[in-house]
Amino acid sequence: MEAYPLLFASTLTAGTVLALAALGLLINEKSGVVNLGAEGMMLCAAIAGFATVVHTGSDTLGFLAGMAAGAVLAAAFGWLVIWLNANQYATGLALTLFGAGFSAFVGIGYVQARMPERPRFNWLGLGDVPVIGPALMRQHPLVYFGIVLTLVLIWVLYRTRVGLVLRAVGESPESAHALGYPVRRIRMTAVVTGGALCGLAGAFLSIIYTPLWVEGMVAGKGWIALALTTFGTWRPARVLLGAYLFGGVTMLQFYLQSQGSHIPSQLLTALPYLATVVVLALISRNPTWIRVNMPASLGKPFYPGS
Amino acid sequence: MPSLHVPAPDVSVPRLQLSGITKRYPGVVANSEVSLTVQPGEIHAVLGENGAGKSTLMKIIYGAVKPDAGDMRVDGHLALVRSPQAARQLGIAMVFQHFSLFETLSVAENVWLGLDKTLSLAEVTRRVAATSATYGLEVDPGRPVHTLGVGEMQRVEIIRALLAGPRLLILDEPTSVLTPQAVDKLFVTLRRLSGEGCSILYISHKLHEIRALCSACTVMRGGKVTGVCDPREETNASLSRLMIGAEPPPLKHVPREPGAPVLAVGQLSLPRESPFGVDLENVSLQICAGEVVGIAGVSGNGQRELLFALSGEDRRAPPASISIAGQPVGRMQPFGRRALGLHFVPEERLGRGAVPEMSLAHNLLLTRKEAVGRLGWLRMAVLRTQAAGIIERFKVKAAGTHAAARSLSGGNLQKYIMGREIDARPKLLVVSQPTWGVDVGASAQIRGEILALRDAGCAVLVVSEELDELFEICDRLHVIAKGQLSPSLPRGEATVEKIGLWMSGLWPGAEHAPAREEVADAAA
Amino acid sequence: MLRLELRPTPSRTWAWASPVLALAITVVLGVLLFSLLGKDPVKGLLIFFWEPVKSSYALGELGVKATPLLLIALGLAVCFRSNIWNIGAEGQYVIGAIFAGGVALMAGKETGRWIVVVVLIAGAVGGMLWAAIVALLRDRFNAGEILVSLMLVYVAIQVLNYLVFGPWKDPMGYNFPQTRTFEAVARIPRLMAGSRVNIGALIALAGAALLWLYLFRTRAGYALQVGGVAPAAARYAGFSSRSALWTALLMSGATAGLAGALEVAGPVGQLTPYVPVGYGFAAIIVAFVGRLHPLGMVLAAILMSMFYIGGELAQSRLGLPKSLTDVFQGLLLFSLMACDTLVNYRIRATSGLKGVR
Repeated sequence: MEAYPLLFASTLTAGTVLALAALGLLINEKSGVVNLGAEGMMLCAAIAGFATVVHTGSDTLGFLAGMAAGAVLAAAFGWLVIWLNANQYATGLALTLFGAGFSAFVGIGYVQARMPERPRFNWLGLGDVPVIGPALMRQHPLVYFGIVLTLVLIWVLYRTRVGLVLRAVGESPESAHALGYPVRRIRMTAVVTGGALCGLAGAFLSIIYTPLWVEGMVAGKGWIALALTTFGTWRPARVLLGAYLFGGVTMLQFYLQSQGSHIPSQLLTALPYLATVVVLALISRNPTWIRVNMPASLGKPFYPGS
Repeated sequence: MPSLHVPAPDVSVPRLQLSGITKRYPGVVANSEVSLTVQPGEIHAVLGENGAGKSTLMKIIYGAVKPDAGDMRVDGHLALVRSPQAARQLGIAMVFQHFSLFETLSVAENVWLGLDKTLSLAEVTRRVAATSATYGLEVDPGRPVHTLGVGEMQRVEIIRALLAGPRLLILDEPTSVLTPQAVDKLFVTLRRLSGEGCSILYISHKLHEIRALCSACTVMRGGKVTGVCDPREETNASLSRLMIGAEPPPLKHVPREPGAPVLAVGQLSLPRESPFGVDLENVSLQICAGEVVGIAGVSGNGQRELLFALSGEDRRAPPASISIAGQPVGRMQPFGRRALGLHFVPEERLGRGAVPEMSLAHNLLLTRKEAVGRLGWLRMAVLRTQAAGIIERFKVKAAGTHAAARSLSGGNLQKYIMGREIDARPKLLVVSQPTWGVDVGASAQIRGEILALRDAGCAVLVVSEELDELFEICDRLHVIAKGQLSPSLPRGEATVEKIGLWMSGLWPGAEHAPAREEVADAAA
Repeated sequence: MLRLELRPTPSRTWAWASPVLALAITVVLGVLLFSLLGKDPVKGLLIFFWEPVKSSYALGELGVKATPLLLIALGLAVCFRSNIWNIGAEGQYVIGAIFAGGVALMAGKETGRWIVVVVLIAGAVGGMLWAAIVALLRDRFNAGEILVSLMLVYVAIQVLNYLVFGPWKDPMGYNFPQTRTFEAVARIPRLMAGSRVNIGALIALAGAALLWLYLFRTRAGYALQVGGVAPAAARYAGFSSRSALWTALLMSGATAGLAGALEVAGPVGQLTPYVPVGYGFAAIIVAFVGRLHPLGMVLAAILMSMFYIGGELAQSRLGLPKSLTDVFQGLLLFSLMACDTLVNYRIRATSGLKGVR
């Protein structure tokens, strides 16, 4: 009986990694820019965060370092793609390949490194309440932050003028430009913000979720986060739910292994990736639905003054 | 704010005065020493053919482009307009030719984005409804823009401009998306605005509209002002002379007996492909050899869908519903239709009629296979010769057969694409918007080629939004409205009023009762 | 101040000069990196650019690395030119290796030499099947190929792991996760004694020539490329986007699978969990740096092999981590993206106000 609340708690934690990254990518994509470099940004942020904690002992500094790493890489990507009109897909891939190599290179010295003891939480003493306590009240603050972020995004995107302008830029940058909005600056802001959130996700991964550094430790979560924006049809609440769902699939894998199931471990490891493929196939089947929900300018370059 | 309240102007001070405006782009001088004076409350036309520099001038006034030289005065004060926001603050508003709308957002949200004041969305919604009622521009503030028709979209643009309380309203080619009756309604609105003291800059190349609406006209050609006049005192011919330097040569339209039927479309009904499309309902038409048949209609009434079905880009039609020379082709690929003699020139040149990045020679391969050998081998020398031949015969100005399609001007590219299809000696040529965006000289050449084809016995179908053009070259006319096709009308019996009425779906024997707005339009 | 101005026609000069400039930038950054790490930059440059070509043995090693890179890149070029973003070539490579390994394991000492041909064909078929999944999902379900092909890479690696840890594990292998070594008859014949380069290199070069003919001298290749740059024009012409999708993906699956077969039945000689070394991703860089052009990709494959060998040498001689290779490869692609701007834009210096906001 103890297992289920703990399973639920782990799902939330696992889902938070995906959620933070996916919400950052959502902001990106609402402005019309698709950043395939998510995996690379998360890897660099993971090592940046981890190394910072090893050297300074401060988790907060580690998270900030991760966010900075994500933001810097996103800024480089944004400059190429928004100001130099480079192909978004190819440049994003370049960012991932570079990020993978760079993080492995920098991380060589940290493979065996140890961090100070990981914090435990028990909010308002409610952590001891049966069932609810272990499930919900012992989480790291960033897990709650993920939920708060979702609510904030919903409010900003659909109830404020700032959000409306962002959606307008993603819908038709040419029209926004004709009306005098600084399309490129808006897109760049969205890209850097998205990068910072991906960075936060990567740092969370290496500092809290699996507190260690191993080359390639993000293991495709950046790509799954990208799939989540499509899966959630670019709406924050659906993206969050999707993230938790995939967190659950990951946890299912560990649970089944711990139960001594006879399913080959490789199949269980492959489960999240197979699930992503299946979900993508089911979601994409209705092209009309995608077209009405997707920011119309996604992936297309914008040429002001042409 | 139901109506504008502009204080009584000092009559001697012009609302807008441009002097010596010059703007250069690489390879072309878009505006050269342009001067323009607009009085308060005046409806001032800017007349010129495509490429004359009108759009650039308007972008300068609206702050989207900065001039290299010259200055601008608004109400006598020197104005430095660095951005559209600055222009709006000076009271300058613009209704674009190609709408600056966001399709998934609502009407009210679209209007809100065009305003700089810090108003709430609820307040904007209220004002949209009020303005809409006052000026007779019916539109529902809550509807998403992609559900609106093209005419309604334009109303959103106009309301957005009006809510800014403009002292100068710029309209760029506003009537290309309107039926003649809707044009009359628009003019009523514009005259009312001008009566309230708002100046209007009306960009157009349609001579009869300018003469009906405007009290002043600045004519541009090649980036320079060639004349300023009162259009009410001019004739079409005199305005034409100012616009292009000469009267266009009249086309010889010799009546001919049509031959055997080449294209037959029978009761074609086709549901729309995309959510923003139009369903086709029971479309029937027949075209015989040696005649030019035109389809008139405002864009968005099913022309696109009909052309997709004819060209083979959409192959869902029942096989027998479309036949070429007696053969059922409804499901046939474009290759098969071309083999039967159908050739098609689409309205989008770059991206559909031609691949922008590829050379003119390579662009031949889209629809011609003379240079393709066995197993699909490409014979480059044959291809280049073929391309050179077309360039020469149709007087296309290009750097050579290797020139990229996107390096040609609009008119020259259209000449090349038309040349490519005409050179194939088609039995049936379908052309969509043959001279849209093309300068007058090339337009005359293209229309001449169409007539020459017809005289040689080809069947021609022309789909166009320009009634003048259709009246010039067609033997018979249809009108397409809301996915239905009217019966055909011989050229001799067609008048602008009748066609305008038919554009609202009101031809004899029409199946559906027209919508409320169309009756109101028709009765206006 | 500087601003960008669109060229009327894309510049052919810069299409070829851009990768050279990108390489120069990467070299400069590399020199900086070496200095920062406290290593002699000149030595570093020599290791990366001189050592890999200084002897015929070295050239042979270059050929060994360049072969899979070139083969995979050839297939990717077809995909990218059709605007189909197959980034799962690594997975198709792995499945091709599995299929090839499976056939090779069936060979006994008495099997004839012809088994090599079957091994290679099996590899190509394996890669094609894996790529066909991507094509099917896009064709029937409209699922974007980027994410699907990527996810399938992770799945392919698990399939490999399952086989080498489980049913295909060598019973005489001391419980190491690996198959037994393939019989000599099933191994890919070498080109010359004293070098590890095998006939795969010839196959790759022949493939480059065939690709050139296909892309630039056949109507099918033309149709594919029109579909990639102007889908509306392809539809107008009557070129089938469905057939383009399947052709591109099956072709690139086949070349990636073939590359996997050549590696596994060639230099490696058995199936292990270390089969996926990232050639499928490096080939993406080869394809872009080579301008998606067969000749360019031959040169780019050689360049990227130099990075690989240089990285290995830097590890053994300078004590630098092997991931240095990945850093340089990533930097090269990044610089290329920046330099490619010059293909479509000119840089103009303007004085005073900007002309267009």
